[in-house]
Amino acid sequence: MKNLLNIRREWLLLTIIVVIILAVGVRAPVFLTWRNGLDIANDSAILAILVMGQMLVLLTRGIDLSAASNLALTGMVCALLGKAFPGVSIVVLIAVALAVGALLGSLNGWLITGFGLPPIVVTLGTLSAYRGAIFVASKGAWISDQDIHDAIKGLPREVWLGLPALVWFAFVVVALTAVFLKLRREGREIYALGGNPHAATYVGISVPSRLRLVYTLSGMLAGLAGLLWVGRYSIAYTELAAGYELTVVAACVIGGVSIGGGVGTVLGAVLGVIFIGVVNGALPVIQVSPFWQQAIAGAVILISVTVNARSERRAGRQILERQGVVA
Amino acid sequence: MKAWNTWERVLLALLVLVLVVFGISQPGFMSADALADSTFNFSEKGLLALAIALLIVCGEIDLSIAAILALSSLAMGYAMRAGFGPLGITAAALLTGMLAGAVNGVLVTRYKLPSIVVTIGTLSLYRGMALVALGDQSISGYPEVFSTAGNAYLGEVLGVRWLMIPIEFVFLCAFAIAVGLVLHRTVMGRRIYAIGANPVAARFSGIQADRYRLMLFVFSGLMAAVAALLLTGRIGSTRPNIAMGWELDAITMVILGGVAIEGGRGSMVGVMLAVLILGLFTFGLGMANVSGIVMSMIVGILLIVAMILPAIFRSKRKLAR
Repeated sequence: MKNLLNIRREWLLLTIIVVIILAVGVRAPVFLTWRNGLDIANDSAILAILVMGQMLVLLTRGIDLSAASNLALTGMVCALLGKAFPGVSIVVLIAVALAVGALLGSLNGWLITGFGLPPIVVTLGTLSAYRGAIFVASKGAWISDQDIHDAIKGLPREVWLGLPALVWFAFVVVALTAVFLKLRREGREIYALGGNPHAATYVGISVPSRLRLVYTLSGMLAGLAGLLWVGRYSIAYTELAAGYELTVVAACVIGGVSIGGGVGTVLGAVLGVIFIGVVNGALPVIQVSPFWQQAIAGAVILISVTVNARSERRAGRQILERQGVVA
Repeated sequence: MKAWNTWERVLLALLVLVLVVFGISQPGFMSADALADSTFNFSEKGLLALAIALLIVCGEIDLSIAAILALSSLAMGYAMRAGFGPLGITAAALLTGMLAGAVNGVLVTRYKLPSIVVTIGTLSLYRGMALVALGDQSISGYPEVFSTAGNAYLGEVLGVRWLMIPIEFVFLCAFAIAVGLVLHRTVMGRRIYAIGANPVAARFSGIQADRYRLMLFVFSGLMAAVAALLLTGRIGSTRPNIAMGWELDAITMVILGGVAIEGGRGSMVGVMLAVLILGLFTFGLGMANVSGIVMSMIVGILLIVAMILPAIFRSKRKLAR
């Protein structure tokens, strides 16, 4: 057990995922086919996009509970736009989705930094506010399959170089996030200010502007996810993706992103997404009722944070011992 | 910690404003019948808000409280199917609630995990367990006494015609007074503030912080169970999605009530005023045919405004100095 905890948690999670895939594959070989893999990747792509945004926010010790409402509102705006202007091109729609999402996200950031409010309270408020705005915008009506613009519906069904477009979108977002966090100065500063906001201020990092950046980015990605969601399921309505923000946070936590800020990697978060995707994909294959999904996700969150806490505590003790020797 | 402060005065003024505005614009709003009816909308949520307020003052949070409510309601159903009477059903609900709360508390205190992560996990777990157990089914046919507790007025039970207070509301008031007295008038209450304001200092001054945290999580489970008894009785059935999303409503009540999300500040008077304001406000909007989702939008905006105003005042005062 001790050795098990010593290895990096990303590898541990990856091993668990592989074991699940193989175990399910033995019982139902259909699970190991390329097609099924693509299905799971397709289902996980939107979650991956949302998780990248949420991870940025969590790294700064914040949380964005409004992500799912933002997704639904932006999705509705795009659907309405597509319905009103049948001639609109997909490039314009993507631009609109990014812009609307970024605007909603920046409102969060502005409220948080402008008035020094706790992120959880602000995004709890905008969670309800954005959700209600969908109802106001759509007058409570559903926009169903025949009214969704063909370009929106077509986008997730596109196949480029043998992979579905959704997966490409997720790849690009994940790659950009990784580059941003690893190589860009702003990305490194996000880790620094999440680890210790006071120290970050003293070394000259503009904490408020970085916070505004992450909430804007999180909103922007939620907006993109909204457009893709509406296209994939070809429907837009008020309750779209309600409660999905908790799944997004869950994927981050399973992937080892700490709610306490400053800790978490893109690889870990992506594995968290894949884990949820694999479990959700495996349940129907082994004929377990999909009602189990939520309970399993909950149990996994609890187990992974408990394991995390153990490894963190061990690291802490080591530092204490070394100090003892010096003194 | 004073229970009566500037924010409570603002809330009282808001409450009067709500009563006046709806009293004028909605004929029938100010009648005793309507006001008594309105309390059905918020009594159970108010019970959850009391427990969450204590936890937030102590620097913790419980997002799983509505899921515990669902689990307790499920326990009622199973106890009934197993042939227990009203007393056994009640005991099953209360024990389940306290056990579920204790699980949260142990995870937070034993493993030093942040309560927001733990309760997001148990929120999924508990709600998931209810889903697994019931699927798309529901349990109904509870004994008469639960329906009475959920729907009847105090006067009907006591045989006093004019006493038009719903029993649910009596429960809420009784618990609110008890919790308020504990928080504002006892050493225990002071210690809860101390832990929330500065956990390390509280620990060093000899307060067994973890014991208090555990106790408050169990209390939160207990309140969820009481709310489950009333709500299940009122609607007459258990469904896996019972009280879905109520944790956010209860937290909104608590924060509007002036409890600081970072802990250590807030009063029960404020929380109860916020419960009344939000309850009457949504009831009034309901009379004006505003749909539920728009109500929650208005409540969300209200929550942010309620946070911004004190922040603006604070910064103004700082400038003046």
